[in-house]
Amino acid sequence: MSEKHVSEIRAHFTLQLESFALDATFSAPVVGVTALFGPSGSGKTTLLRCIAGLERAAGSLYMNGEVWQDDTIFMPTHRRPLGYVFQEASLFPHLSVRANLEYGFKRIPPSERRVPLEQVVEWLGLERLIERGDPAKLSGGERQRVAIGRALLTSPRLLLMDEPLAALDTNSKQDILPYLERLHRELNIPVLYVSHALDEVARLADHLVLLQQGRVIASGALGETLARLDLPTAHLDDAGAVIMAAVAQHDEAYHLTRLDFSGGSLWVGQVKQPPGSRVRARVLARDVSIATVMPHGSSITNILNARIAEIRDEGPDKVMVRLMLSESHVLLSRITRRSRDLLNLTVGMDVFAQIKSVALMS
Amino acid sequence: MATLDPADLHAVWLTLKLASVTTCLLLLIATPLAWWLAHSRKWYKGPVAAVVALPLVLPPTVLGFYLLLLMGPHGAVGELTTALGLGRLPFTFYGLVIGSVFFSMPFAVQPIQNAFEAIGRRPLEVAATLRAGAWDRFVSVALPLARPGFLTAIILAFAHTVGEFGVVLMLGGNIPGETRVLSVAIYSHVEAMEYGAAHFLAGGMVLFSFVVLLGLYLAGGKLSKVTR
Repeated sequence: MSEKHVSEIRAHFTLQLESFALDATFSAPVVGVTALFGPSGSGKTTLLRCIAGLERAAGSLYMNGEVWQDDTIFMPTHRRPLGYVFQEASLFPHLSVRANLEYGFKRIPPSERRVPLEQVVEWLGLERLIERGDPAKLSGGERQRVAIGRALLTSPRLLLMDEPLAALDTNSKQDILPYLERLHRELNIPVLYVSHALDEVARLADHLVLLQQGRVIASGALGETLARLDLPTAHLDDAGAVIMAAVAQHDEAYHLTRLDFSGGSLWVGQVKQPPGSRVRARVLARDVSIATVMPHGSSITNILNARIAEIRDEGPDKVMVRLMLSESHVLLSRITRRSRDLLNLTVGMDVFAQIKSVALMS
Repeated sequence: MATLDPADLHAVWLTLKLASVTTCLLLLIATPLAWWLAHSRKWYKGPVAAVVALPLVLPPTVLGFYLLLLMGPHGAVGELTTALGLGRLPFTFYGLVIGSVFFSMPFAVQPIQNAFEAIGRRPLEVAATLRAGAWDRFVSVALPLARPGFLTAIILAFAHTVGEFGVVLMLGGNIPGETRVLSVAIYSHVEAMEYGAAHFLAGGMVLFSFVVLLGLYLAGGKLSKVTR
């Protein structure tokens, strides 16, 4: 019983499939979005299915101290208060859009309906879709929005999302991401989000669980975990750091916005959010270069003071450098091994980080 | 022109009654069986499927012969029904029903099984995550999605029972007004050289079968569009 912990999701599963073994243990906070991240075949989806009870694995699952599964108990899927969004929307073809939305809603006791239909319709922009009868007439992105709404309408205590954007084209993805961000901001339901796309994770997640070959290799807060050079995430092509910042000032003349955080300021293309709003910015490691003296006559706007915390070889020609901007803010910088040697970069050195590009995630 | 005499009329009525009762029973038996065949991973699934499909390849007289032995005075089923005070089943309507159920089983099971398999696991998993229990999932998702399969099964089982001859003759004999069904009546007319009456019934069968198959074809097309 010592494994029960209040206010967290605690999972341990072992499952032997024909070509694959899952042996995963992790815990996650019951607030915000936890991404289950890893390459294809790392067991993310299998783990999510175990949590939902769709896969019957040996192990245990505690949700806020409540037992969903242990050695003696196996709560069947339909009794677990969760919502599940599959990769393909999987709307029921024999039901109208409205009947799809109401399918789970009707099956929970009225006293437990904490998420009203009108609110979900408004959140996900389903006003016009709900009047269209046949779900087959919806586009891929529209179908996925209905599927998310359908899951939310069961008032889940945990929302499981299995690569909900993976089956969509780029346009539909851009169409649906703002809705996911909005849910993240406004909805008080913990989310487990399976993804193999680093940009999605950087955009949506607060917490990261890394999987590799059926095992959990690391878990922790998003920013810290992404910046750990001992993990494979920091060596992906689109590796980078995520910085949580506040909108400080709009420069109307140049159409720029200044973001402030404890490690300094960043200028980005003008955003809509009013001053004071919290936003997250993503800086890719390949967009950060290092200078030992303050550069003059540079077109680069964002130059920050930093201290080198770690340097790791990455292949024959590159190194990855972890730069501390403050106690809690980190940048990654991918430079050539040659530059490291020419500049004589060492751990503990104070340098200038030149940021070529910042992607605003929300 | 020949007209329907009372015995023929009774044969038609008996045939329709037999086909209706058989179809209803088959739906009750074939649905769980098809579900099991569609979802089971047991090793004996293959043998069970083969047994269900046996009537497709066996001559009806073989099936009729064994059922007759089984239900006869020295058969296990016959002894049981006698002990229970039900009398013997061969040469009664109930004997016909039992023979027909076995003989038309694959025509009911296979379309339903195919329909269940075509649904796959996903819609049922989705329903489970939306709080639907097993029975609820079956009724609210599996049955409506398998509707075209059920329609095919109903039509095939009904039509096949109407058209059957060998099993009925072996098990029911040819008792006018009691177990003489349409196909047997046609045979009897031909034997008695009453070609006019035989034509009347046989032509009716041809027309009936054509209408059934046409309906199946049209309904199948429409229904599969709806579920797409």
